Amino acid sequence: MLKTAKQDWVIKSKSNWLNIDFISAWEYKDLFILFIKRDFVAFYKQTILGPLWFFLQPIITMFVFAFVFGKIGNISTNNLPKPLFYLPGIICWNYFAECILKNSTVFRDNANLFSKVYFPRIILPMSIVFSSMVRFFIQQFLFVIILIIYSFNGFKTHINATILLLPVLLILMAALGQGIGLIISSLTTKYRDLALLVNFGVQLLMFSTTVAYPLSAAPQNFKFWIALNPMTTILETFRYSFLGQGQFSVSALIYTSILTLVIFLLGIILFSKVEKDFIDTI
Amino acid sequence: MKSTALKVENISKSYLIGKISSGTLSRDIESKLTNWFSKKSDEDILNKNEKVWSLKDINFELKQGEALGIIGKNGAGKSTLLKILSRVTTPTKGNIYGTGRIASLLEVGTGFHPELSGRENIFLNGAILGMKKHEIKRNFDEIVDFSGVEKYIDTPVKRYSSGMYVRLAFAVAAHLESEILIVDEVLAVGDADFQKKCLGKMGSISKGQGRTVLFVSHNMQSIQSLCSKALLLNKGKMQGFGAVPEMISKYLQNNEIFIPLNERTDRKGDGKVKVISVHFIDAKTNQFTNNFYVGMDLIIEIELASIQFNLNHHLEISLGISDQFGTRITLISNKVSGQNLNPFPNGNWSQKIHINKLPLVMGKYFFTVFISSNGNVHDWIIDAFPIMIESDKYYGELVHTLPTGQGNIYTDFQFI
Repeated sequence: MLKTAKQDWVIKSKSNWLNIDFISAWEYKDLFILFIKRDFVAFYKQTILGPLWFFLQPIITMFVFAFVFGKIGNISTNNLPKPLFYLPGIICWNYFAECILKNSTVFRDNANLFSKVYFPRIILPMSIVFSSMVRFFIQQFLFVIILIIYSFNGFKTHINATILLLPVLLILMAALGQGIGLIISSLTTKYRDLALLVNFGVQLLMFSTTVAYPLSAAPQNFKFWIALNPMTTILETFRYSFLGQGQFSVSALIYTSILTLVIFLLGIILFSKVEKDFIDTI
Repeated sequence: MKSTALKVENISKSYLIGKISSGTLSRDIESKLTNWFSKKSDEDILNKNEKVWSLKDINFELKQGEALGIIGKNGAGKSTLLKILSRVTTPTKGNIYGTGRIASLLEVGTGFHPELSGRENIFLNGAILGMKKHEIKRNFDEIVDFSGVEKYIDTPVKRYSSGMYVRLAFAVAAHLESEILIVDEVLAVGDADFQKKCLGKMGSISKGQGRTVLFVSHNMQSIQSLCSKALLLNKGKMQGFGAVPEMISKYLQNNEIFIPLNERTDRKGDGKVKVISVHFIDAKTNQFTNNFYVGMDLIIEIELASIQFNLNHHLEISLGISDQFGTRITLISNKVSGQNLNPFPNGNWSQKIHINKLPLVMGKYFFTVFISSNGNVHDWIIDAFPIMIESDKYYGELVHTLPTGQGNIYTDFQFI
């Protein structure tokens, strides 16, 4: 045995149920930032329109929603102008969905990297959540500009104190997306069929929450089920804070926070179980 | 006394071969449930699967500044050991204790992104390998200089030639500042000049900077010149740990699975003239020998059998000599020397070849036998038999080995 004072680290065969070393992860903060930068830069370097895509995608989706759900489906927007109603939902959902999708393929996408070099694995999925956040902020900026344009044209914005909850909402979305994504990615190293389900599932999931319709417009007997989806609380609170419309309740927020925490921890634990020897099974 | 840098204790790694998982969730749940109800423990299920040990009870200790060469055949467990040491995968049993930062180079250019520029990739790759941003900044100019791609440093690496790509990648890796460095055979890339540069850099890392290096290679010459100790693995077990020359000769010995000529099934040719066996005679003592040393006078005796052979045809006997990497070193042939062979009868006979002052450097060589006449191949056996050449005594009793990278043939010269 080495003298304990001299020995810096140990590689052990046995590991605890949660073996993520957050202290050594902090040592790699430079890599974490570079991963975020890489994702962002690589994304717009490959496109012609570049960062413009960040704006085009939610706006086009908004027009489609306004046409299909607003015009044809005649679904209420709580008397809000359609762009102002749909945009926050689309932007938040985009962020959430991207967190799930990108996290769910984190092992597959980085198999080569993981099999060649060690770094605390957790920083890779974490960096995904943060690099997607850059896009979220840019799109959020777009929403605020549109909101300002509307308010100049006489729309009353109803911005209230709950706007201070925005960082909390963002953290909840990130943690929820990360948690679900990590659970899926951990299971897909063993069960490939789950991977097929993800894209499809995320699409379906969007209709189970209040992206394209307000909670108030849902049939009474479905409301409970829709509210069970943690994203519903996040979306409703988000709209409420900017537009004064939507349902804000502290108890729903607490429920969502607890559920998010559970899912997030479950994701992290599963990930830490899989990451240590997933290279052997790939 | 230098302190211990790395201590490996009873490291073992097993893989399960067989049905670990059926691959789909529903079937897995089903089998888990049936196992529950039939009250089988997980241990039973494990026992049903075949457990294969790719590494078993590896123990060694390295002092700071030592360079360890890890040698062994393919499948001996070298890569698995490197993967465990690099923390890419975990050992099934055992512990590893270490002092100082550890960095591994199992591949050059890990994590390079084709869309990013050379500059951006230096930072990204450096960080992936465990460097801090300020360390990369401090070494940036040196890295660019070493790679020789300064003109294209702001071009996306997808436009680089493969040579430039590899040079840049190695340049980053060569400037790692970790106390322990693990290197796989990544040096087998790039052109000869760059390989030499890499080997030189590796040498200065271990010898000059006092860092601990673990190095896997099939190239015994680079192991010999870079390493101070060697670990020999065979089928996942430790076969030896100690001085480099000793381990290398042990490795070359057990590397031998020699198939006798009459059992070879991959011979080519019509068989009108066939090699029966080959003997070696030390010309000085006129005795049969199996010990070969540099500079010896050697007689090779080839026993042959000919059936229905047209004796008017001119027979050609060739011996090709290749090194252990399969590179052809030279050819001994009566066609090259322009000699006609003495007449011989149909039936058994033998042909001797005399070699003056065997000029090959220490190492293992394979002889390929080729017999033909008038363009007809009679017998052709690739790598028919190996020989191990030992002790360097070409230029008299003074033992002077050719420096690494300076070829593998001695020239019979004199300074006058």
